Amino acid sequence: MPRTDVMKQKGLTLVDAINEGLEQEMSRDSRIVILGEDVGHNGGVFRVTEGLQKIFGKDRVIDTPLAESGIMGTAIGLAMAGMRPIPEIQFEGFLGPAFDQLTNHAARYRSRTRGAVTVPLTVRVPVGGGIHAPELHSDSPEAIYAHTPGLKVVMPSTPYDAKGLLLSAIRDPDPVVFFEPKRVYRSFREEVPEGDYTIPIGQAKVVSEGTDLTIVTWGASVFECLAAIDKMPEDVSIELIDLRTIYPIDTDTIIQSVQKTGRCVIVHEAPKTCGFGAELSAIIQEHCFLHLKAPVQRVAGFDTVMPYYKLELEYLPDSKRISESVTQTLAY
Amino acid sequence: MPKKTAYSAQIEYIQVMDEHGEVDPALARGLLEDQEILALYQFMVECRQLDEIAFKLQRSGRMGTYPQNKGQEAAAIGTAYAAKKGQDFLVPCYRENAALFMHGLPMHYVLLHWMGDERGNQIPPGVCQLPLCIPIGTQMLHATGIAWAFKMRKEPRVALTYFGDGATSEGDFHEAMNFASVFQVPCVFICQNNQWAISVPRETQMNSETVAQKALAYDMPCVLVDGNDLLAVYKASKEAIERARTGGGPSFIEAVTYRLADHTTADDARRYRDPKEVEAWIAKDPIIRLRKYLEKKNLWDESKEQALQERSKVKVADVVKTAEGIAKPSTDDIFDYTFETLNAELEKQKRTMRTSSLGQDPNQIGLSATEQTV
Ligand SMILES: Cc1ncc(C[n+]2csc(CCOP(=O)(O)OP(=O)(O)O)c2C)c(N)n1
Ligand SMILES: [Mg+2]
Repeated sequence: MPRTDVMKQKGLTLVDAINEGLEQEMSRDSRIVILGEDVGHNGGVFRVTEGLQKIFGKDRVIDTPLAESGIMGTAIGLAMAGMRPIPEIQFEGFLGPAFDQLTNHAARYRSRTRGAVTVPLTVRVPVGGGIHAPELHSDSPEAIYAHTPGLKVVMPSTPYDAKGLLLSAIRDPDPVVFFEPKRVYRSFREEVPEGDYTIPIGQAKVVSEGTDLTIVTWGASVFECLAAIDKMPEDVSIELIDLRTIYPIDTDTIIQSVQKTGRCVIVHEAPKTCGFGAELSAIIQEHCFLHLKAPVQRVAGFDTVMPYYKLELEYLPDSKRISESVTQTLAY
Repeated sequence: MPKKTAYSAQIEYIQVMDEHGEVDPALARGLLEDQEILALYQFMVECRQLDEIAFKLQRSGRMGTYPQNKGQEAAAIGTAYAAKKGQDFLVPCYRENAALFMHGLPMHYVLLHWMGDERGNQIPPGVCQLPLCIPIGTQMLHATGIAWAFKMRKEPRVALTYFGDGATSEGDFHEAMNFASVFQVPCVFICQNNQWAISVPRETQMNSETVAQKALAYDMPCVLVDGNDLLAVYKASKEAIERARTGGGPSFIEAVTYRLADHTTADDARRYRDPKEVEAWIAKDPIIRLRKYLEKKNLWDESKEQALQERSKVKVADVVKTAEGIAKPSTDDIFDYTFETLNAELEKQKRTMRTSSLGQDPNQIGLSATEQTV
C-alpha cells in the first residue's frame, strides 16, 4: 500500500491537509502558481508544498530568489494579471521585507482603483512560537495585518479547518493572509474529507459549548485552552470559541456566547497591548455590557520582544495561566 | 553615428594557494609569514572542532538549530585577519564564527545564542562587532551606517560585513551597496558564495554568472577569490581594507566557497544536492590545503596534528562546559531589555507575569491576593 494511503487511515496532519488542499485546487484551477523560497524542489522548509513541483512542474511551483518584497510584489502583479498566486513567506518574521508590498499595495489596490484592479492572492505564512526556533521564527503578528484595511487574515488550528479555509482563501477575490501555526503542523492527525469543501472566511467555531464562561482564542492557543478546560472542576461549563478567521471578525458568534455566559477570557500568543484581544474586548463591551458579570480578561504574550527559546514557554500563555484566569473570572 | 562602448568591465579571480597546497610565489610575496600561516591553521582547526561539536550538541538535544560553518573557515579567517581587532568593526550573518572569535568574541557566546539565550548576543565591551544576524540581508545596511559614522568622525576605522549568495537577492543588499558607494564609506562587503541558499543553488538564485558583478552597478571595486584559500582571501581583504581606511571607499569581495554541511541541523541537503558535488568540494577544504602546505615546508607532521586535535578537543570541551554551565536566564530578562527604563505597564506585567490577569487592575479583578512575582 502506498504510504499516503496508510497516512489517510490515520487522518492528516495540518501540513498534510494544506498540502492536499493546494494539490486539489491547483488541479482544478490552472491559474494558480505557488512561489517562494525553497517551496519547489525542497517542498518548503516545513514540507507543506512537498511533491507539488513534481506534479505541477517548475512553472507552477516556483523557487524564487531570496527576496520577500520581490515575492510579494510580483505575486501582486501576477494576481492583477489574472493569475492566482499563492506566495509563501518562510516564517512570519520575514514578512518584514514584504510589509510594504502587502500592506501598502496588495491591501489597497481595489480601493484606490475603485474596483478596477484587484489582487486575489493567498499569502501562506507559518506563525507562532513553541518550536524552539531561532530569532524571528516565533512571532504572532496577526493583529498588525488585521489592522490593515483590505486584508483578510485567517489562522486555522486544525487540519480540517485548514483545508477548508485554504480553499476559501484561494477562491477569495481579495488578498488573504493565511497563517499556519507551526506548533500544530504535526502535533496531531484528524479525518479530513478527501473531496472539495470550504469553510467560509469570517466564521468562528464553537469548539465546546458551555454556559459559565467564554474563552475566545485561535491558532496553537486553542490546545492550551483545551488543556486548561480539562483542569477545571467538572461543574464548570466553559464555551470555547476558535476564531479561525481573525479578520473579518465573527462578532455574532462572540456576542451570542458572551451574552449567554456573561464572562469572557481572551487568549493569544501575541503581545497584550494592541493585540487582537484588545479589539475583541472592545467589541464585547460594546455589545454585551449589561450581560457582563466580570471584566473581560486577556491572557496574552507580554509587551516584550518574543524571547529566544530558553524563555519562550515563560512567555507563551500556557494552560496554567489560562486556568487561573478562568478561575478568577468565575470567582469575580 | 557609430555605436560606442558605453561601459565595460572585467573582474579578477585570485587564487594564491591551490588545493594541493601549492603557492603562486609572485602573488604570495609579502603576504603572510609561515609562522602566521601556522598559527592561523591551528586556529582554523580549533574553529572546525567547535563547529563539529556544536552539530553534535544539537543532535543530542543539548542545543537548538545550528548552521554549520564547516568548509568556509578560510573566508572568515582571511578577512578578519586583515582587519584590526578592536578598531575595525565586524557585521556578520551566521556563517563566519571564526572571524568573530578572532576579533575577541568568547567562543561560548555563539553556543549560547543557538541554545536560545540572548546573552549570546551581549557582545562584551571592547569587542567591535554586532551579534549574529538571522534575518537575511538586513545587516549590510547597518554596516554601511557604522562605516558612515567612522567617516563622519574621521576615524581610521573600517566596517566589514558578511553575507551569503542568497542575501544578495534582497533589496536591502542593493540599498546598502548604493549608499556605501554614494557616500564612499569605509565598508568592505564580503559575500560568502557557498553556492546554496538552503535548497536554492546559485544559478537559480541569480541570472548573473558571478555575485561580484553586482558591485559594478554601484561602481564599487570588486574581486572574486578562491574562498577556501586563506592567502587569496587575506590578500583581497588587505587591499580592500587599506583602500577603505585611506578614503578610497567601499569594496566588494566574493569568496567562492562551499557549504560542506546541511544548511542547518533542521535541513537535509541530500534532498537537493548531488553527493558528487559535495565530494568534489571536500577535496577543496581550506584546512586540507593549509596542512599540505605546512607539511611541505616541514612545519607540520602527523604527531603535531595529533597534539593539535587533542588540544582543540580539550579547549572546545571547556567552551561547551562554560556555555552549558550558564544557568537559564531569569524571567525578568524577558522584560528588562525592552527599554532603558520600563514603563508602568511593563513593570506591572513583569510583576504579575505568573498571575492570569496579565497586569489588569488587581482591584477591579479582585486579584490582590494572588499577585505574585517569580
Ligand atoms: C529575510 C529572511 N528570509 C528568509 C530567511 C530564511 N532563510 C534562512 S537562511 C536562508 C538562506 C540563506 O542563504 P545565503 O544568503 O546564501 O546564506 P547561507 O545560509 O548559504 O550561508 C533563508 C532563506 C531568513 N532567515 N531571513
Ligand atoms: Mg549561500
